[in-house]
Amino acid sequence: MSDSALTSNTVPVSSVRSSVWRRLVKNPLAVVALVIIAVVILCAILAPLLTNYDPNRADLSAVFAPPFGEHVLGADSAGRDVWSRLVYGARTSLLGALIALSVAILVGIPSGLIAGYYQGWFDGVASWFANMLMSMPGLIVLLAAIAVLGPQMATVMAIFGILLSPGVFRLTRTTVLTVRKELFVDAARVSGLSDARIISRHILGVVRAPLLIQGAMMAGIAIVLQAGLEFLGVGDPSTPSWGGMLSDAFLNIYIAPWLLVWPGLAIGLTTAAFAILGTALRDAVQGTDLGASKTKSRAVPELGAEHPGIRPAPASDRLLDVRDLKVGYPVEGGGNKIVVDGVSLHVDRGQVLGLVGESGSGKSQTAFAIMGLLPHGGAVLDGSISFRGEDLGNASRREFVVVRGTGIGYVPQEPMTNLDPCFTLGHQLVEPMRFNLGLSRSKAKARALELLDRVGIVDPLRTFDAYPHEVSGGMAQRVLIAGAVSCDPELIIADEPTTALDVTVQAEVLDLLRSLQRERGMGMILVTHNFGVVADICDRVAVMQQGRIVESNSAEALFADPQHVYTRMLLDSMLDDAPARGARVKGGQQ
Amino acid sequence: MTAELLRVDDVVVEYKVKGARDPFRALRGVSVHIEPGETLGLVGESGSGKTTLGRAILGLAPIGAGTVTLSGRDITRLTTRERRALSSDLQVVFQDPYSSLNPSMTVGDILSEPLRVAGMARRAASDRIRALLDEVKLPVDSVDRFPREFSGGQRQRIAIARALALEPKLIVCDEPVSALDLSTQKRVLDLFIDIQERTGVAYLFITHDLSVVRHVSHRVAVMYRGEIVEQGDAEQLTSHPSHPYTQRLFLAAPVAAPAQQAKRRAERERLLREQAEADVTGAHATLLSKGSR
Repeated sequence: MSDSALTSNTVPVSSVRSSVWRRLVKNPLAVVALVIIAVVILCAILAPLLTNYDPNRADLSAVFAPPFGEHVLGADSAGRDVWSRLVYGARTSLLGALIALSVAILVGIPSGLIAGYYQGWFDGVASWFANMLMSMPGLIVLLAAIAVLGPQMATVMAIFGILLSPGVFRLTRTTVLTVRKELFVDAARVSGLSDARIISRHILGVVRAPLLIQGAMMAGIAIVLQAGLEFLGVGDPSTPSWGGMLSDAFLNIYIAPWLLVWPGLAIGLTTAAFAILGTALRDAVQGTDLGASKTKSRAVPELGAEHPGIRPAPASDRLLDVRDLKVGYPVEGGGNKIVVDGVSLHVDRGQVLGLVGESGSGKSQTAFAIMGLLPHGGAVLDGSISFRGEDLGNASRREFVVVRGTGIGYVPQEPMTNLDPCFTLGHQLVEPMRFNLGLSRSKAKARALELLDRVGIVDPLRTFDAYPHEVSGGMAQRVLIAGAVSCDPELIIADEPTTALDVTVQAEVLDLLRSLQRERGMGMILVTHNFGVVADICDRVAVMQQGRIVESNSAEALFADPQHVYTRMLLDSMLDDAPARGARVKGGQQ
Repeated sequence: MTAELLRVDDVVVEYKVKGARDPFRALRGVSVHIEPGETLGLVGESGSGKTTLGRAILGLAPIGAGTVTLSGRDITRLTTRERRALSSDLQVVFQDPYSSLNPSMTVGDILSEPLRVAGMARRAASDRIRALLDEVKLPVDSVDRFPREFSGGQRQRIAIARALALEPKLIVCDEPVSALDLSTQKRVLDLFIDIQERTGVAYLFITHDLSVVRHVSHRVAVMYRGEIVEQGDAEQLTSHPSHPYTQRLFLAAPVAAPAQQAKRRAERERLLREQAEADVTGAHATLLSKGSR
């Protein structure tokens, strides 16, 4: 999958906003959260229309009036209408959250953008401040501020906004740090765009999505904190608020316990709605996972049974026989996307089969299916795979472990990502041998050193003790090849084993694969897009296009006389035989 | 010698390495030149410094010593403002067509950006975009679509259109076809050549693929460990390389023909043996190759 690495770094941005919105409203929880937030906002705006009572008017005749009477939700200890206080309280809560959020964003985003884009001294100073703010106990700072400045909720929430700003700052800064390395930012600089324009056009758009998510979370936190302060009684008593109502209800919990219910519900529902919205936004931005895993366990065991008749008696040197293999991935809205469509191929002992095709042709998927290593969601839908005469279609997970351990060796495309950075190379070579071959630690180590020597590593002992980051890509690929042959497999599957390597290193790795394959009489499947590599080491070639094998022949015959139009097109695209462009004819055709 | 478009003279680029006392020298005194309408192919392995040279010319890598001259003007160190003025002469196409286009902007926005920065009116810019899309053989309705709706090859066409927008004299092409499929690669390369023949733009064409460099270049320069080890006429250099590294490099690339490749493989084995023997007198060889440069 040569292009997976390229597509993985796409960033969530506003262009996908419409589809994000569509995915968001498909999530029932998100819809509930959105409705709750909308209702609270409407209540806050329309408060004067929703009630006839002044939220602060005390009415001694109505003290602790029960709900559903003259007062819809009853009245509190001073005879004030609970419903009216609730809707006016929504104003206080939302306003407080809005102030805190605005301050956090106004402080956090610009400083984060500058620190991330320019780095340097500003980054140092700003990060130091952010760390300091984060280490301060928020509630105590706020209580101190109230003690000095008085119970003005707007000021308090603004201060809280500053305390929240390091979160925004850090998020912005890290996002900018990754985005500014993107090539489109370089391209913009070459285009002569000013820094301000680059930041506003190219960088801010990318930062927007994660900030939206964090913003929803912070709004919920701000509401809870504000209610908490008011509950403690440090708020402004003349402003109706949910926290103040809760405090009043708490004092009278034995007389009128139901007073606790309304502000409690309002605070709980609103903050929960914001939290759920934040989570749902994150899911929507990241894209939903197709619930695909369930098809896998179901589809695999049925295999082979459907084709009882067609499996031939395995010829003595036939190592692998794949018939009518079909691999699919479930798609949204049912059905499968077929990526391998009726592929049949075979590998004999001591033979190298080249599986060639362009990206998306299904060549890697075929290889993964043979090893039982299809990525999440992928399933073998039809066909049979027989290895050494055993049907792998019926193989359980456990049986596959044995087959992969001792029967099939795998050489991947990206050597670095296939080595665990936490363990030494030696450890990663020794473990499979101990597990699969039951060797003792010292015997396995002796064998690993022997193998490292065999794959052409100059100082095996030093490489044995090295971590993956301490060796080059070519060296890592040699180590992986040593690992692939360590348990004496009969079949090697090499998936673009040299694509990530320089051409001189590629030649060396191909030399190594070829000599190992001959020495041990192994079968090999070489997945590649490079016809030069095929010509170098393959005995037979199968050309894949859109999940099907369009042509399959011996290497000499295929190159000498390609039959299928697609093969011919591919070979024509090779630049090898084309004449060099040569020196420019000065004053000529231009 | 005709008037040179670009001259890179003894350029050195160094990067500070965390923890190390000495900086890393990515370029150790590199000199190349490009004439108007010419393609200079720059080949080398990863880490050889070929991308750094491209970035140094574009002002994206810090030049420690040496000079870069474009149309007789020293552009080694420029302010942002001067660089902006230069963008109409010097442009770039990057390797990765996925990250070189901002995913949140439509193709129209991406293409209009350099035009608007250069002060072109909206209407004129939209006419120019139409012409550009036509030039790179993309449908006109691409304007309202986002990069993610295009394949790798099409995205690279968009990047080429962006580079062409201001009719530059030189485009630095950094591995522009390496991420593309074989068949797409050929078509995009032919587009590059076609555009050059029509507009007379010059290319610095950076690639690790020897068959690609042979196909597009008039002249070729080979980089190895931050230095140019050999440069010259494309036909001559690719068929009769003289530097030992270039010889190794060219014999390492497999040909898509089994019989020929078997021959090349044998030839390479012979060469490696010879060079290993010559290594005994390695010091002399280095001196000689330095002297001949």
